[in-house]
Amino acid sequence: MDPKDVLITFPELLLWFPLISGLIAFTLKNGNSAKNWAVTSSFISLAIAVTSLFFMDSGKYFNLNNVSYYWMPSIGSSFALKYDGMARLLVMLNAVAFPLVFLSTYKQNYKNPNSFYGLMLLTQAGLAGVFCAMDALVFYFFWELALIPVYFLSSIWGGERRIQATFKFFVYTFAGSLLLLVGIIYVYLRTPEQSFSLNAFMQASIPAVQGKFIFWLFFIAFAIKMPIFPFHTWQPDAYEQSPTGVTMILSGVMVKMGIYAVIRWLIPVFPAQTAAFADLIIWLSVIGMLYASFLAWQQNDLKRLIAYSSIAHIGLMCAAIFARNESGLDGVMVQMFNHGVNVIALWIVVELIERNYGTRKISELGGLAATAPTLTVFLVVAALANIALPLTNAFIGEFLMFNGLFEYGKAVTAIALVSIILAAVYTLNMIQKVFYGEANMSLAGVGAPVLGKGAITALAVIVVIIFAAGVYPRPMLELTQDSVNLFFNKLKGL
Amino acid sequence: MTIQHYIFLAVALFSIGVIGVLTRRNIIIIFMCIELMLNAVNLLLVAFSKMHSLAATAADAASKAGTEGQIFVFFIMVVAAAEVSVGLAIIVMMYRNTHSVDVNFLNRLKH
Amino acid sequence: MSNLVYLVPLFPLIGFLINGLARNSLSKGMTSVIGSGVILASFVVSILLFLQVKEGNAVTVTLFDFINTGKLSIPFSFQVDQLSSIFLLVITGVGFLIHLYSTAYMHEESNAHFARYFAYLNLFVFSMLLLVMGGNYLIMFIGWEGVGLCSYLLIGYWFKNNDYSNAAKKAFIMNRIGDFGFLLALFWMIQHFGSLTFGEVFARADGMNMNDTVLVGITLLLFLGATGKSAQIPLYTWLPDAMAGPTPVSALIHAATMVTAGIYMIARSNILYTLAPVTQGVVAVIGLATAILAATIALKQNDIKKVLAYSTVSQLGYMFLGLGVGAYTGAVFHVMTHAFFKALLFLGAGSVIHAMHHEQDIRNMGGLKKHLPVTHWTFLIGCIAIAGIPPLSGFFSKDEILAAAFSANVVYWVIGVLGAVMTAFYMFRLYATTFLGKFRGTHEQEHHLHESPAAMTWPLIILAVLSVVAGFVGIPAVLGGSHELQQFLAPVFAGSVKLQEAHHLDHATEYILMGASVGAAALAILYAVSRFSKKPDLEEASGFGKLLQNKWYVDELYDAVIVKPLRGMSAFLNNVVEKLGIDGAVNGVGKLVHYGARQLRLLQSGQVGIYLLMMVIAAFVLFIIQLFVK
Repeated sequence: MDPKDVLITFPELLLWFPLISGLIAFTLKNGNSAKNWAVTSSFISLAIAVTSLFFMDSGKYFNLNNVSYYWMPSIGSSFALKYDGMARLLVMLNAVAFPLVFLSTYKQNYKNPNSFYGLMLLTQAGLAGVFCAMDALVFYFFWELALIPVYFLSSIWGGERRIQATFKFFVYTFAGSLLLLVGIIYVYLRTPEQSFSLNAFMQASIPAVQGKFIFWLFFIAFAIKMPIFPFHTWQPDAYEQSPTGVTMILSGVMVKMGIYAVIRWLIPVFPAQTAAFADLIIWLSVIGMLYASFLAWQQNDLKRLIAYSSIAHIGLMCAAIFARNESGLDGVMVQMFNHGVNVIALWIVVELIERNYGTRKISELGGLAATAPTLTVFLVVAALANIALPLTNAFIGEFLMFNGLFEYGKAVTAIALVSIILAAVYTLNMIQKVFYGEANMSLAGVGAPVLGKGAITALAVIVVIIFAAGVYPRPMLELTQDSVNLFFNKLKGL
Repeated sequence: MTIQHYIFLAVALFSIGVIGVLTRRNIIIIFMCIELMLNAVNLLLVAFSKMHSLAATAADAASKAGTEGQIFVFFIMVVAAAEVSVGLAIIVMMYRNTHSVDVNFLNRLKH
Repeated sequence: MSNLVYLVPLFPLIGFLINGLARNSLSKGMTSVIGSGVILASFVVSILLFLQVKEGNAVTVTLFDFINTGKLSIPFSFQVDQLSSIFLLVITGVGFLIHLYSTAYMHEESNAHFARYFAYLNLFVFSMLLLVMGGNYLIMFIGWEGVGLCSYLLIGYWFKNNDYSNAAKKAFIMNRIGDFGFLLALFWMIQHFGSLTFGEVFARADGMNMNDTVLVGITLLLFLGATGKSAQIPLYTWLPDAMAGPTPVSALIHAATMVTAGIYMIARSNILYTLAPVTQGVVAVIGLATAILAATIALKQNDIKKVLAYSTVSQLGYMFLGLGVGAYTGAVFHVMTHAFFKALLFLGAGSVIHAMHHEQDIRNMGGLKKHLPVTHWTFLIGCIAIAGIPPLSGFFSKDEILAAAFSANVVYWVIGVLGAVMTAFYMFRLYATTFLGKFRGTHEQEHHLHESPAAMTWPLIILAVLSVVAGFVGIPAVLGGSHELQQFLAPVFAGSVKLQEAHHLDHATEYILMGASVGAAALAILYAVSRFSKKPDLEEASGFGKLLQNKWYVDELYDAVIVKPLRGMSAFLNNVVEKLGIDGAVNGVGKLVHYGARQLRLLQSGQVGIYLLMMVIAAFVLFIIQLFVK
C-alpha cells in the first residue's frame, strides 16, 4: 500500500509556518505585539517539531515526512523536502533555539520590533528549509534566505562597528554562496537527466580533474559557513557586533548549516574527492582547533572568547566528519544539537552580564559570584558543558568524535585532544576573572543583577537539556541512526 | 577618378574631424568637426555604393545592388540634422548658464 | 543484594541536589543532617555490600545503555567486587567522618555558603563512588573527571581570594593534562579491544604478548592520567597548592580519597600493567622519584598543611612504587591505612588551625600539647603511624611495599628507606614544632586557644583508633599473620599473580629489612623531637635549605618553560597571525579593491575631451586588433 498523501507534511509545516508568521510580524506595528507574536509563533513551531518526533514510522500509511512536487520543471528542479533523522534533529534545534532566544531577550526592547521579529522568523524558515531540502536549487534558495535576514538584523540592530562587521560577514558568506552556486550549476550540467535532486547529484559523472575544483567550490562555501580555519575571521567580528539574540542564532543554529551541508551535500556527491582531500582537511581542522583555542585564551571580550571557542568545537566536528567512520559521525550528529544549545546558554549569560553591568570586557568585570550567585551557577554549568565534562551533553559528542578521529589516526587525535586542555585553560580563566575574586572597582555601585523570568526559564531549560542528554543520550543517538546508516551505505555503494 | 581618391579624401576629412574634436575646446568648433566626420563617412558610403553599382550593372543590367549605401546616407543626414538641433539647443543652454562655449568649463560631470 | 548497588551513589547525589538547589532556604542544622546523613546511608549500604562480597558474591549491575552506536556499546554499569568494596568502605566511612567534622569546622560560613560546601562535598562523594564502582573505563572516567571538578570547586571554595582560585584552576588544568592521557588510552582500548568493560578488556588482554606495543602505549597513557590525579612527577605541583581549600576538603579529597584514584585505576587494570613490564618500570621509578622529591621538600616547609601535602605526595609515590614492583595488594593496603592516618593528620591540623584562628605557620605555634589534648594525642598517633613504627598501621603497609621493592631491585629499597627516614623526620619536626616547646603566637591567640567541639574530636578519635588497628588486616606471614587483606583481594589480582615470578624472601632477610627501616625511622624521630622541641627551626632557610623551602623551584621552572612560552605563542597568534596575517589578508583584499576603485575613478575626470580621446584610442586599438590579430 502506498502511503497516502496528506494536506501538508511536517517539513512543509515547519517551513511555511515561520515564513508566514514572519511576514505577519512585519505588519504588527504597535508596542509588544510583534514580540509576543514571535514568541507565540516560535512556541507553536516547537510544538510542531516535538509532535513530529512521534510520527517517525507513520510513513507507512500517511506520507507525513517527505514531499516533492515540481517547482521549475523546465530545468529539472522540484520542491523536494525530506524529514529524516538528521533533518529532524536540526529542525528540532532550530525549533528549540528560537523560543530560547526570544524568551531570554524578552526584556530587550529593539527599535522597530516588527522588522526585527519578522526577520528573525524569516531566518527560522530559511534554516528549516536548508535542513530539509533534497533539491540543490531549493537548498541554495533557503541557504540564501537564511543569510540575508541575518545581514539586516546585524547591520540594523548591531553594535558600534556593525556596518564593517556585517559587511565582512556578508561578503565572506556571499562569496561562499557564489562558489556554491557555480558548483551546483556545474554538477547539475553533469547529472544524467539534468536534475537538481540530491540523488541525481550523487549520480553525476564528474571528471576527475574538474571534480577536484568543484569539490573545493562546495567545500569552501561550507567551510566559510562553519567556519573552519582559515576561513573564520568574519565570525568573531560578526558575533561581537550582532545583537546577542542574533548571535545566538548565528552560532547556535546557522553554523550547523555548514556542517549539515558537508554531510548531506558534499561527501555523498564527491566521495572520491573527499577521500583524496580528507587528510588535508582533517589537519586543517585540527590546526584550527588548537589555533582557535590559543586565540580564545587571549580574548578580553566575552563574545569573542565564545566565538573562538566555538571555532575550536566546529573544527573538531569537521575533522570527525572527514574521518568518515560511524563513531565520528554519530558524535557529530549529537554534537550539532548539543553545541547549539550549550552555546546559546553561554550567550544568554553574556547578554545578562552586558545588560546588567554594561560591559562584556573581562578586564572590567570580576567578583560577580558574590552578587550574582544564580548567574554564576548557570554560567559554570554552561561552561563545563562547553569543555565537555562527562555527564553533560557535550561529552557524548566529543567522546564519540575523538573516538572516530582516533580510528582515523592516532597522532592527529593526540594533537586534537590537546584542545581539551586548552579549553579548560581559557574557560576557567574566564570564569575566574569574571566571577571570582573581589568585585571590580568599576562595578562597585551595581547591586544584584536583574535577570528576568524569561532568561532564567531559558537557562533552566538548557541546564535540564544539558544533563538529560548527557546522562541518557540514547534517544538522540537513535534519532539520527537512519541518516548515519544511509550515509555509510551510500559511501560503500559508490 | 579611382575609388582610392575618394577614400583618401574621406580619411582626410575624418582625421581632420577627429583631431578637431580632440584638440579644440570651443564647443561649436567641436560640433562642426563631428559633422565633418559624419560627412566623411557619408562620402565614403556614396563612393562605395557607386563602385558596387557600376560593377553590378556591368555584369547584369537589371541589378540594383549598391543602392543600400545611398539609402544609408539619407538616414545619416536625418540623424545628423536631429543631432544638430538637439546639440545646438544644448550649446545655447550652456552658453546661457556659463557664458562660455569652452568644453573644459563643463568638467563637473564627475560630480 | 545487587539491587542495592545503585543506592550507594544515589544517596550523595540526592544530598547534592537538595543542598545545592535549596541552599538559600536550608538552615545549617538541616544542611548538616542531610549532607552527613546521605553519606552515612551510603556507608551502611557499603557495609552490606562488603559483607556480600566477602562471601564471594561480586556483582556487576547494568543500569542502562549509556552509549550504544553500531560497533560501540558502553553500558552504564556498576561493578562491586573485592577491590571496589574496600574503596567503598574507605570513601563512605572516612567521608562520613569528615562530613561530620565539617559541620563544626565550617560553622562560621553563612547558611547559603555552608549548604554550597556540603553540596560540593556530596557531589564529590558521588563522583568518587562512580569512579570506584564503574563497571567500565568510561564510567570510571566520568567519576574521574567529576572528582576533578569537585576538587576544583572546593579548592576555590573561598572564591574571593584570587590565589585560591588560581590554585583551583591549576589543579583542574593539571588534572586535565592527565585526562588527556586517560582519554587517549580509552580510545586505544576501544580500537584494540572493542570494549571498555573491565572484564572484556582484561580477558582480551590476557593472551597478549608481554610488552606488546599496544599494551605499553595504553598503560603509559593511563599512567599519565594517574600522575595528574594522584599528583606524581611531573604533574604533582597542583596538590600542595590545593591546600587553599578548607582543611576537611584537604583531608577527604587531597589525602584520603581522590588522589588515590590513580592507584585504584592501576590496581584495577593490574593485568594490563603486569603484561607491560616496561610501563611498570616507569611507574616504579616515577613513584620512587616523587616519594623522595616530595619528602625533601617537606623537610623545610613551615605551613602545617603544606608539610602534610608534600607528605601525601610522597606517600602516593610509595603506592606507585608498590604498583610498579607488582605489589598490588601492598599498594591498596597502603591506600587504606594512609586514608586513615592522613585524614587524621589533616583533621588534626584543621583542629589546630581552628584553635589558632586560621594561623597555619608552625613557627607561630608550639606548646599546643596542653591546650589541645585530644588533638595532640591523636595527631601523635597519626605521626607514629605514618613514620612506620610497629604495630601501627603504617608499618605493615609500608613494609609490604618496601619488601616487594627489595625483591625487585635493591636500589629501590635503599631509596625507599631513605624516604621513609625523611618522612619520620619531617613528621616529627612538624609534631615537635607544633605541640611541644613554648607557645610562640600572639597573646590574643593564646587567650583563645581551646579544644575543638565534639563533632571535631570524635572523628579524630575514631580515625586514631583506625590508624592503630587497620594494619592488623594485613599482618604478613613472617610476623605470624595470614594477611587477610591479600586473601580477600586475591580474586582481583589473580590474573597478575599467575604471570608474576614469585619472589620469596627468606624470613631472616625480611627481619633485617624491617629492623633496618624501623630502626632508622626511630632514630630520625628521636633526633627530630629532641632538636625541634627545644629550638624550633625559626630563621629563614639559606643555601640548600632555601632550595628545598622553595620546592626546588619546580613551579618557577614550569612557569618559565611551559606557561610563559605558551602564553607568548598565544599572544603571537592573536596579535600577529590572526590580526595581521589572516585577517590582514582578508582585509587586504578589501583594501585592494577599494584602492583599485579609487585609482580607476581618477579616469573619470569629467573632461569631455579626455573621454573622447579615450574613445578614439579604444576605437583605434580595436581597429588594430581587428586588422592584425586574427
